[in-house]
Amino acid sequence: MAEPNTAAQPSQEFEKVLVNSSTEVASFDTHDKTALQKIQHFLHSTPAAVPFVVLVAAILVFGLAIGGRFFSSYTLTLILQQIAVVGMLGAAQTLVILTAGIDLSIGVIMVISAVVMGNCAVSYGLPAPLAVAAGFAVGGACGLLNGLLVSRLKLPPFIVTLGTWYVIMATNFIYSENATIREADVTAVTQWLHVFGVNFKVGSAVLTLGVVAMVALVLGLWYALNHTAWGRHLYAVGDDPEAAKLSGIRVGKVLLSAYTIAGLIAALAAWVSIGRNGSISPSAAVTDYNLQAITAAVIGGISLFGGRGSILGTLIGAMIVGVVSMGLNMLGADPQWKVFLTGVLIISAVAIDQWIRKVAA
Amino acid sequence: MAQEPILTARGLVKRYGRVTALDHADFDLYPGEILAVIGDNGAGKSSMIKAISGAVTPDEGEIRLEGQPVHFRSPMDARAAGIETVYQNLALSPALSIADNMFLGREIRKQGLFGKLFRTLDRAAMEKMARSKLSELGLMTIQNINQAVETLSGGQRQGVAVARAAAFGSKVVIMDEPTAALGVKESRRVLELILDVRRRGLPIVLISHNMPHVFEVADRIHIHRLGKRLCVINPKEHTMSDAVAFMTGAKTPPGEAIAA
Repeated sequence: MAEPNTAAQPSQEFEKVLVNSSTEVASFDTHDKTALQKIQHFLHSTPAAVPFVVLVAAILVFGLAIGGRFFSSYTLTLILQQIAVVGMLGAAQTLVILTAGIDLSIGVIMVISAVVMGNCAVSYGLPAPLAVAAGFAVGGACGLLNGLLVSRLKLPPFIVTLGTWYVIMATNFIYSENATIREADVTAVTQWLHVFGVNFKVGSAVLTLGVVAMVALVLGLWYALNHTAWGRHLYAVGDDPEAAKLSGIRVGKVLLSAYTIAGLIAALAAWVSIGRNGSISPSAAVTDYNLQAITAAVIGGISLFGGRGSILGTLIGAMIVGVVSMGLNMLGADPQWKVFLTGVLIISAVAIDQWIRKVAA
Repeated sequence: MAQEPILTARGLVKRYGRVTALDHADFDLYPGEILAVIGDNGAGKSSMIKAISGAVTPDEGEIRLEGQPVHFRSPMDARAAGIETVYQNLALSPALSIADNMFLGREIRKQGLFGKLFRTLDRAAMEKMARSKLSELGLMTIQNINQAVETLSGGQRQGVAVARAAAFGSKVVIMDEPTAALGVKESRRVLELILDVRRRGLPIVLISHNMPHVFEVADRIHIHRLGKRLCVINPKEHTMSDAVAFMTGAKTPPGEAIAA
C-alpha cells in the first residue's frame, strides 16, 4: 500500500501563490451589517415575528379608532371564539404547506366529518363517542386518500386536493341529501357533540372549550414540529425533498402522515364547529374554509414554497384576520373592506417571505 | 497487498433498458486508503458508486463489506452498514440548522419519559456532538451551530456534509465530486478535510474529474471505462496524461495494472 501523502500544504503549482493572498475572505463580516440586514437576519430566524408585529399594530389601530370597547376582554375573547375553527383548519393546512404542498379539500373534509358525526348520533342512534369516532375516521380517511395520491402516485398536491375537494363536496351533498341537522335534534340525543361550545368565564373574558382546544392543538403541533424528529423531517421534506431522501428520510411516509393528520385535525375542527354553530349544515361545504385556512397560514408567514415558517404564525395570522374583521364590524364599515384588507395582507406577507428568503451569508 | 480489502464488488451488472451501464465491473477498497475513481462521462462510474452506496440495486454481481456479502436496497441500508456518502448536491436541507442537518434521519432522543413518550429530541446532546465533530475537522470558523445551512458559504456547506459523513461513517466514506463547485481556496480546505478523514483511519472513495486533486490525495486510482474497471494505477508511477490516455482508450494500460 502506498504511503499516505503528507499534503496539508498547498501542493499544486497554482496554489503556491495563495500564501500571499488575503486570509480575511473566509471571516464573517458581522460588524458592518446595515440595520435592514439585521432585521432580515432576525426575521429569517424568527419567522413568526412579522405577523406578531402586524397583530399588535392591528389591535392598537382598531383600539384607538374604536376606544375602550375594543380593548374589553369580552371583545378580544369573542375574536378568539370566532377564529377557533379557522385557526384549527389553518394549523392543519400549515402541516401540508410546510411539505411544499397545499390542501384545498380541508374545508369540505371538515364539513363531511361534521355531517357524519351528526348523522351517526341523530339518524343512526349511535352513542356519542362512536359518532365522534366515525367523524374522525372519515376525516382521517379523506386525508389518507390525499396523502396516498400525493406520495404514491406522485401527483401535484394542488391537483390532487382540487379533485378531492369536488369529490368530497359532492359526496357530502349526495350522502346528506343536503338536509340540515337541527340543534334541538342533536341536543335531544347527546350533549357531547356540543362540548366544545361550552363556555366559561375568566374574569370578564368568555372562553369556550373550542378556543382552549385550538390553542392546545397549536401548542401541541408546535412541540411536534420543533422538538421531534417527525417535525424536523417535515421541514426537511418541504425544503428539499431530494436532499431529505438522500439523508435517509422516508419522504413518502412523511407526506402521507402530514395529509392524514391534516384530515384528522379537520375532523376535530368539525367537532368544534358543531359546538359553535349548534346545527350541522351540509351546505357549509360551499363556504371557502380552505381559502381562509390558507390565508391564516400565509399571513402567519408560512412559506407556500415549503420548509419555512412557524405554526405559531398561523395562529397569529388567524387572529389578525379576526381582529380586522371584528374591528371593521364595530366601526360599521362595509364588510367588503375586510375582504379587501385580507387580500392586501396576503400579498404583503408573500412579498416579505420572498425578501426574507434572500438572506445573505 | 497484504491486507484484505474492506469493500469489494465482483461482476456488477446494471442495465437501464438497452443501455448497459455496468458490465461486470469489479471494485476493491483497502482499509485506510484514498481510492480515486475516474472515468469518462458515461463510463459507468456513478452507477458503480450508486450500487455501493445503495442508491441503485445491481442486476447481477456481489458486494462484500469486510468479507460479508451485503445487499443494499436503499441508501439507508448502506448507511446502517457504515457506508456514508457525500453527494454532489450535498443533500443538506437549506432552512435547517447545521446541527439539525448533521442528525437528519438519525436524531437523538432524550433519555427517560420525555424521549419515550413524547419523543423529545435531545437538542443539547446533538449540538454538542455536532460542534465537536466540526472542531475535529477544524471547521469551527462556523460560529453558530444553530445557524441555517443556507447562510453558509459553499465551502462551509461542503464542510458540514463531509463532517456529517465522517461523524457517522464507521467503515467507508464516499465523496462524489467534492471540489467540483468550489473555488481554489475552498477546494484546498476540502482536500485537507479528506486527508483528515483518512488520518482518522477511514477509507475514502473519491470520485472526481479534477486530475490534479486526484493525483495529489489518492493512494490508488481506479480507472473506469466502458462499464468496467479498466485498471488500477499508482499515482506515483504514472502521470496525469497516462491516466487520461487509459481512461479515454488512447493507450492500453500495462499488464500489471490490470491485474491489480
